[in-house]
Amino acid sequence: MEFQSIEETRAGLDGAGYLADESTALVCFLAQRLGKPVLVEGPAGVGKTELAKALSRATGRELVRLQCYEGLDEAKALYEWNYKKQLLRIQVEASDAGWREVRDDIFGEEFLLPRPLLSAISSEQPVVLLIDEIDKTDQEFEAMLLEVLSDFQVSIPELGVVEAKTHPLVLLTSNNSRELTEALKRRCLYLWLDYPGVERELEIVRLHTPQLSEHMARKLVEVVQMVRHLDLKKPPSIAESVDWARALLLLGAEDIDAETLRSTMSIIIKHRTDLDLVAERVGVKLTDDLIGSRQVG
Amino acid sequence: MTSSGPGKSARRRRRQVPSVGRANPALYGGMPAAGGPGGMAPRLLELADELRREGMAVGTSELLDAFAALEEVEWTDRQRFREALSATLAKSQEDRRLLGLVFDRFFFRAVEREAMERGIEEGAPGEGGGERMDLDALRERIRDALSAPQGSDGDLRDLARLAISAFGRQGEGSGVIGVDVQRIRRTLGLKGEQSGAELPDPDSVPRERLREFEGHVRRELERALIERTGSLPPSRPLRDFDRALPTGAAQDLAAVHRVVTQLRRRLATQGRETRGRSRSPAVDVRRTMRLSLQTGGVPIDLRYRPRRPRRPELYVLCDVSTSVTSASVFFLSVLHALHDSFRKLRSFVFVERISEVTEVFERERSFEGVSRAIAGDAGVADVSGYTDYGRVWHEFLELVADDLDPRSSVIVLGDARTNGREPHAEVFARVAERAGRTFWMNPEPRLYWNYGDSVMAAYERYCDGVFECWTTKQLEGFVNAIADLGPVRKT
Repeated sequence: MEFQSIEETRAGLDGAGYLADESTALVCFLAQRLGKPVLVEGPAGVGKTELAKALSRATGRELVRLQCYEGLDEAKALYEWNYKKQLLRIQVEASDAGWREVRDDIFGEEFLLPRPLLSAISSEQPVVLLIDEIDKTDQEFEAMLLEVLSDFQVSIPELGVVEAKTHPLVLLTSNNSRELTEALKRRCLYLWLDYPGVERELEIVRLHTPQLSEHMARKLVEVVQMVRHLDLKKPPSIAESVDWARALLLLGAEDIDAETLRSTMSIIIKHRTDLDLVAERVGVKLTDDLIGSRQVG
Repeated sequence: MTSSGPGKSARRRRRQVPSVGRANPALYGGMPAAGGPGGMAPRLLELADELRREGMAVGTSELLDAFAALEEVEWTDRQRFREALSATLAKSQEDRRLLGLVFDRFFFRAVEREAMERGIEEGAPGEGGGERMDLDALRERIRDALSAPQGSDGDLRDLARLAISAFGRQGEGSGVIGVDVQRIRRTLGLKGEQSGAELPDPDSVPRERLREFEGHVRRELERALIERTGSLPPSRPLRDFDRALPTGAAQDLAAVHRVVTQLRRRLATQGRETRGRSRSPAVDVRRTMRLSLQTGGVPIDLRYRPRRPRRPELYVLCDVSTSVTSASVFFLSVLHALHDSFRKLRSFVFVERISEVTEVFERERSFEGVSRAIAGDAGVADVSGYTDYGRVWHEFLELVADDLDPRSSVIVLGDARTNGREPHAEVFARVAERAGRTFWMNPEPRLYWNYGDSVMAAYERYCDGVFECWTTKQLEGFVNAIADLGPVRKT
C-alpha cells in the first residue's frame, strides 16, 4: 500500500497499532515519496524499532531487519560466497568439465548467500528494511552502507552491480551512543522521537490495554512521566508502561497506591539504585495522594 | 475579540506563503530563476544561508532534499512546512532546536518586510474588536488557555495581542521589548510551574506553554514596533541571546570532536610502526579457501588477514583543580570527544588524588550529564583543593602499572602547578618510560611555565611533546604536531 497523503500515513500507522505524531507521519510519508532512508534517533524505548514494524504492517511489506553490533562486517550484512558449496561443485565437475565453465559457474547467484542488506535490495516485493542500532557499529561499516543507502545497489566484484528491483523503505535507528558520520546523515531524513506527553502516552496505553479504567491509566501514565523526570540510570520506556498496565490488569489492582507501586515497580525500573530512588520520591507522593487527583484538561 | 481573531490570522497566513504554486515546479533541479524574486527558492536559500551563519552544516544535497520534500507536503500549513524543513535540513536534535529558532525569526522578518513593502498595516492591536475586557477576565482566559493541554497557535496569538493592548492602557511600555514581555507576564500574574515543587501551585501554568505565550507576546510587540517605525531592526545573530546553551563550551564541542577524530587517525596509523613487524600474520581461512578454487580445492597459496592497525590505547589524565577552572570545561570536552572516538581509553581526573572516570563517560552520553556526574558523585577525592602532582603520579602508576605498555599513549592535561609540593618527577619518568608516548597539554601560555609553583620543566624532559592548549585551534596544532613528530620510540 502506498500512502497518498500525510493523513493517510497517519491513519495507516494508527491502524497498525502505532500512534504517530505529526512529524513522525510526515517523515514516513516523505521517506516513501522521496525514497530516502530515515534516521530515527531518540532515547531508548520510545518506539523506534516499533515504528519500523508498524510501517511494515501498515504498508503490507515484509520487514527485513539487520541488527547491528560491534564487529558486524559486510560478510554478515551484505553477502557472502558459499565457498563450501563452491568446493563441492568443483569436486563434482573436476574430472571432465573445462576450467572456464566451472569458473563462470561457481560465481553465479546460486553460490551467493544473501545477507539482510542484499536480500532487502534484491527482493521482488518492496520491503521495509530496518537497520537497528546503527550506532553500535564502527564507522567503517557506516561507510559501507553509503552505497546501499544512496543508490540502492550492491557491488559484487565477481558478479557486477546488483541494483534494487524495488525500492525498500529504509529505517535506521540510533540510540545516540556515538556521533554518526556526516556522510551518512546527509543521505537520510532525520526524525527525532522523544518520550510522548501525558495525553499521547495515555492514548498509547489505552490502545494496548483497553480494559484498564480511564482513571487507572491516567494515574499510571502520570506516575511513569514523573519517574522519567527523576535522574535515573534507565528511565522507563513506553513498552514498559504498557507492560505495567497489563500487569496491573492481571493483578486486578484497583488503584495505584504506594503499596502497589512498591510491589510492581520492578516492571518499569530495572536498576537497583533506581528502585530505591523511585520508592523514595514517588512512593511518598502516592501516599499523600497527590498524583491523579489533579485532572488535566 | 473572537470576531476579529480568525480573520487576522487568516490574513497573516496568506501573506506568509507567497506564490506557492507558481514557484514550486521550477525549484527542484536547482533553477531558482523561474521562481522570481517573490518565489520561495530564494527565500529558502536565504534561510539556508542564515542557518550556515549560525553554524549548521547545510549542504546542497540537503537543500535539494528540502525542495523535493516541499513538493510533497502542503505549504499552507506552517507546522508541516517547518517539519519538512527540519526533517531534511537538521541532522541532530541540536540542529532541530536551532532550526526552530532561526525559522521563527527568519519568517517573522520575511513577513514583516513584505508587509512593509506593500504598506499593509493591521492597525493597533485590540482596537478593531471594540471589545473591552478587564484585566481579571483576561487573566483568567489566558491562564485557562495555557493550562489546556492543547491550544491553537492562533488563539494564543490573539490572547497575546489582547494582553498587549490591556497592558498599553495600564501605562507606557519601557521601549525595551524584553522588559515589556516580563512586565506583561507579571501584570497577568503568570507563573511557571516549579519542577521541584512539592505542592502544585494552582495559579501556575505549564512552563512550556508559558514560554510559547511569551514568544507570541514578543513577536507581537516587535511587529507593533516595526509598524510604528516603519523599518526592520537589524537582525542579530542568534548566538548572543536565544542560543544561550547550558555550557559555553558546548558550541565548541563540535569543533573539539572534529579535531579529536583526526587525532584518532593519527594515533592509529602511527602506532602501527612501533609494533612488532615480525609477528606472524594470521591465515584468513575464508579467502584461502576461495583462492584454492583456482587450484581445484587444494590450498596452495595462503591468504593472510590484513594487518589492521590496532586501536591505540590511551590514558588521559585531566586536572580539574581550581587553578585550571577556566580550562577544565575545555578539557572535559576534549575527554568527551576522545571517548567518542576511542574504544580503548581510560580517563582520570585529579586534584589532590586521582580517580578514574572512564565509566562515567561510557554511561553518560551528553556533555552536561558528564560534567554534572564528575562534579557530583563521581567526584574527585578532594580534600584541600590543591593539586598534588607527586601523589597523583604514584597513584596513577599503581592503578595502571600492569596495563601500560609501548602501545599506549599517556596524555596529561594540566598546568603543572604543584602548590609547592614535591613534584616526584622520577615517578612521572617511570610512567613515561612504560608508556609508548607521553604528551602534556598545558592550559597556560608558555611564558608562565616554570614561574611560581609551576614545575613544567621537571616533567617536560620526560614527555614526547608539550603543548600550550586551551583552544580548539591549539588542539589542532597538537594533532598536527604529533603527526610531525612521527613514531617516536624511546629505547
